[in-house]
This record gives sequence, C-alpha cells and structure tokens, in this order.
Amino acid sequence: MDLSTFFQQLANAISLGSLYALLAIGYTMVYGILRLINFAHGDIFMFGAYIAFYSMTTFVLPWWASFLIAILLTIAFGLLVERAAYKPLRNSPKMSVMISAIGASFLIENLAIVVFGGRPKSLPVPDLFDTIIHFGKVSIVSITFITPVITLLVLALLLFVVNKTKTGMAMRAVSKDYEAARLMGIDVNWIISITFAIGSGLAAIGGIMWGLKYPSLLPLMGLMPGLKCFIAAVVGGIGDIKGAVIGGFTLGILEIMTIAFFPSLTGYRDAFAFILLIVILLIKPTGIMGKNIAEKV
Amino acid sequence: MKERKNQLTVASIIVIFIVIAILNVTLDSYKIRILNLCAIYIILGLSMNLINGFTGLFSLGHAGFMAVGAYVSALLTMSPELKGTIFYAAPINPFIQMIHAPFPIALIIGGLVTAGVAFLIGAPVLRLNDDYLAIATLGFSEIIRVILTNTQTISNGALGLKGITRYTNLWWSWGIAIITLFGIKSLIDGMYGKAFKAIREDEIAAEAMGINLFKHKMLSFVIGAFFAGIGGGLLAHLIGTIDPLMFRFILTFNILLIVVLGGIGSLTGTVLSAIGVTVLMEVLRVIEKPLSIGALHIPGIPGMRMVVFSFLLMAVILFYPRGLMGRNEFTWEYFTKGKFLNKFKKSA
Repeated sequence: MDLSTFFQQLANAISLGSLYALLAIGYTMVYGILRLINFAHGDIFMFGAYIAFYSMTTFVLPWWASFLIAILLTIAFGLLVERAAYKPLRNSPKMSVMISAIGASFLIENLAIVVFGGRPKSLPVPDLFDTIIHFGKVSIVSITFITPVITLLVLALLLFVVNKTKTGMAMRAVSKDYEAARLMGIDVNWIISITFAIGSGLAAIGGIMWGLKYPSLLPLMGLMPGLKCFIAAVVGGIGDIKGAVIGGFTLGILEIMTIAFFPSLTGYRDAFAFILLIVILLIKPTGIMGKNIAEKV
Repeated sequence: MKERKNQLTVASIIVIFIVIAILNVTLDSYKIRILNLCAIYIILGLSMNLINGFTGLFSLGHAGFMAVGAYVSALLTMSPELKGTIFYAAPINPFIQMIHAPFPIALIIGGLVTAGVAFLIGAPVLRLNDDYLAIATLGFSEIIRVILTNTQTISNGALGLKGITRYTNLWWSWGIAIITLFGIKSLIDGMYGKAFKAIREDEIAAEAMGINLFKHKMLSFVIGAFFAGIGGGLLAHLIGTIDPLMFRFILTFNILLIVVLGGIGSLTGTVLSAIGVTVLMEVLRVIEKPLSIGALHIPGIPGMRMVVFSFLLMAVILFYPRGLMGRNEFTWEYFTKGKFLNKFKKSA
C-alpha cells in the first residue's frame, strides 16, 4: 500500500470513528445514569436520518432547516421512547428493562419498515458536504473532514455542560448514586430526560452524517451501528464521555485499517467490534478509561 | 401419591402420542408443518428458559446456537453427491463432503458440536455480568453468522444449503420436545437446578454458600445450547433449506418473546406460549395479505406481523411482567386435590 492510499484510508477511518463516537456518547450517558443498554439508540439514529430525508425531499426545505428539524424531532422521539419503554420499569428487575428495550427497538424497526418502506432511500447531499479537496495525490470529500470536527466540537460542549454547569453536576450526582441524588432534592426524572435528549440529539447528528456519507437509508440501518457503538462505549469505559469518543475512534480505525491492510478479511468486518469487546473485557473489564469498582455485597 | 402422579404423566404422554397419530393422518401438510414448528419452538423456548429464566443469565445467543446445530446436522445428513452439486461457488472441503450420518445421529452430533461451541464461548463470556453478557452473547451469535457467510468451502457461504432431506416429522419433533421437557424438568428439580436458581436469586450469596458459580453457569449454558442445537437441526430438516440470513437476531427475539410471554422461569408457561405464539404467527399472516370482503378491499400491510409481535412483547413486559404463568408450574395436585374445583367455588 502506498502512502497516499494510506492517508485516504486514515481519513475514512477517522471519519467513521467520529460517527461511532457520536452514537457511543449517547449510550455511555444513558448507561451512566440508568445502568441500562438503550437498545433503541440505533433506531433513534435511523429515525433522525429518515426525518432529514423526508424534510429535504417531501417538504423541500433547505438543508440546514431540515437538519435542525430532524434533530429536534429526534430529541422528541427519544424522550417518547424513554417515557414509554423505560420510565414505567424504573424499579423493575434488570432483565425486564432490557427486554423492554429490545422490544422497543424491534417495534421501532418494524414500524419503520411499514411506514418508511423497505426500499433504500438516499439523502440528497448539499454542495458543502460534497466538495472534493485535493492534497497532492490524496483527494478527500469534505464530509470526511466535517464529521470529526463536529464530533470534537460536540465533545467540548458536552464536557463543558457536564463539568461546569449545575445540570451537569446533577447528572454526575445521579450517575454516582441514584437514590442519594434523589434524596438530595435532585429531580431525577428531569435529569434522565435531559440525558435522553442529549443522546438522541447526537444520534440524529450521527444519522444525518451517516446519510450524507453512505448512500442508502434503510429501516434496519441502525442495528449494526447501534451494537457497535455500545461496544465502543464499553471499550472506552462505560459512563465516561471521553472514553466513548476514544472507543468510537478506536473501533472506526480498527475496522477500516484491518480491511485496508488485509482485504481478505472484508467479509468479517462486522465481527471485529465483537472480538474487540471480548479482548478488552478480558484484559481490562472496565474499559480503557474505566475505573475499578469493587463489588458491594 | 407419587405413583399416581407418575401414572397420570405416563397416561397423558400416551394420549399426546395418540392425538399426534390421529392428527398425522387427518391434517394437511401445512397444518402438520405448523404443529412441527410448535414442537421446535417448545424445545428452543425451554432451552432458553433454562439459561435465562432458571439461571438468570441474560443470554441472547440462541440464533447462533441454532445455526451451528442446523448446519452441522444438515451437512451430516446430505449425501456426498448432493453436496458436490450445490457447492458451485467454491469447491467443497473434501472432509466435509465425505462425512455422512443418519438423521438421529446427525441431530445428536449437531447438538454436541453446539454444546462444544457454547463451551468455548462461555469460557470468556460467562465471567461477565448481565448487560455485558447479553451484548457479548449477541455478538458471538453474529460472529457465528459472519463466519458461516464467509467460509464458503464448509458452509457454502451466503448461498446456504439446499435440498436437505425433510426428515423432521411429528414423531421426531414432539418426541424430542417431550424428552427436552422432562430432561430439563429433572435437571432443575435436582441438585444442579437448585444451584441454578440460587445463582439467579443472588449470585454473591450463592457463592458464599459454596456454589461454584462458573461451573454451574457453564453447565446451564452448555445444556441450553445443546438443546438449541438440536432445535436448529430439526428446523433445518423441516424447512429443507438454510442460509446465514435465517439466523439473525430476530430469531432470538422470537424465542425471547415466547419465554417472556410464558413466564421467565416457568416450563409450563414456555410450552403454552410456544404453541400460542407459533399459531399466532401463522394466523397473523392474514393481515399481511390483501383482503376483500364484498365491496370492502383492505390492502395487505407487509411487515405488520412483526409490529404486532413487538407490540405484544412490550405490552407483556410493561403491564404483565410475570407473563402467563409467572414462575408457577402445572401440577397434578392442582386437579387431583381439588384445588381446581375450589377455585370455581370461590369465584361462584
């Protein structure tokens, strides 16, 4: 492989990694607060992409307005999912909550098949995201640069919110100890709603970027990225926002680079994330950025 | 008393087989196929309930186990000539082409290989706790599917296997379902079962009582996988063609639906809901087909069936989390000691 192909692949890897990171942040925040895998997160991501598609094609809105609407509607959708599938089970055994999450995920997917149709759709790409930039022999589409930039901006903003604001402090308190935070007068339901809103908004941004980068939207498009991004969150150390970003980038780079260096492994692409998960859990069960937690009896 | 219960059990099994014999000659092939599916889903539901319901391990790897069982048993029963003709994209591995076994032995080998795979998977995975275990088993099930898609010389890749002889009939499927039921029942009533339930209730307390957590979790996982593999083999020999796409997560979801609906931790519930869900799956095909009643024309909605099932799962877990039976089981005392009648008197 010559140097220009390498840089081309590296750019792709970072771009994919930043998409994974956007989704992984949503997983890690929900897990940090509720200790549950939001199985429907990948479907919220799919919902965002489809809303952007319909507002651009059916309602012929300008792209920036469409994206804004998509993000807002997806946030509303994420809150709805939380209210319907998770809130009634707040004090139930863990297995019930997970089954509810799986049920919600399947319900959204199957409704999407009925409502949006099973045929792939493609998001019209505005010029801003479609310009080709040349660096010597390497030519890269602008979206490849825009995604990591957006991810890093979002990360900075989020770290500011979580570490410096009062809401952020409440979020950290809830994730440390749910009961104690409630007793200290924190409105736990409100904090959970905010967490879901942030996660869904990021999923919508990820979904739109995904739609601009890869040509086809499908009702089941969220399934694999959803699982992989949960794995990215675990790899980074679940509950930790920086860890989720690191995990997302690790996974994206691992996936693209393995295929670039060993083209014969292309068929096994979807298995890499799971292999990474097992390896990480065996070496460092709490993830890259995770802290060791002693088991309480 | 115990003797009488055993007599009643034996009598009811005989009745079941007489009913099967009658149905076998009176029903058409479509209905017989549904009855076969019922039995296969009973086997799969029971095996998942052993792992998830009785041992409290949230495993989502059932589709992967079924895939292993289905592929191994199908490759064993297919004749070498047939294998040679369907592997046209890539030449078949000569060892795979050579091996051949009759149906019952192929099923058992399929189950044993699946149990072996579960053992290998279990070694790293069973150290993990609930969410991680769920995602890791789901991951392994996907990895198995990815491997089956890519190893063309062994599994024929995405093309799948065609022309598998349809050995599965009511005798095999219901026979094995009954064996599975009694096998798992005697397991969970025995010493091992008590340990499984202790692990389900409180892992740390169970360990403090001297239960070897890893050994018991592994035992439950491997036995569950064994029956899942046999169920997969029966399914392959019922349908006649298999390919990796059949064994997606949605298959695990269907079995999970059966277990949750019947009651997590109830064998009776699993049997009842396996029959109910399988029949419902066929009945609901109606809403996917276009329907005309006189002048009224209702267009079919493809995919609506799965919407109904997802909704059903959500509704059960939200409003009726214990499922049909909770953790209760069918007992003969319920009838013989007149509890059944008392209930009527009270309500009257």
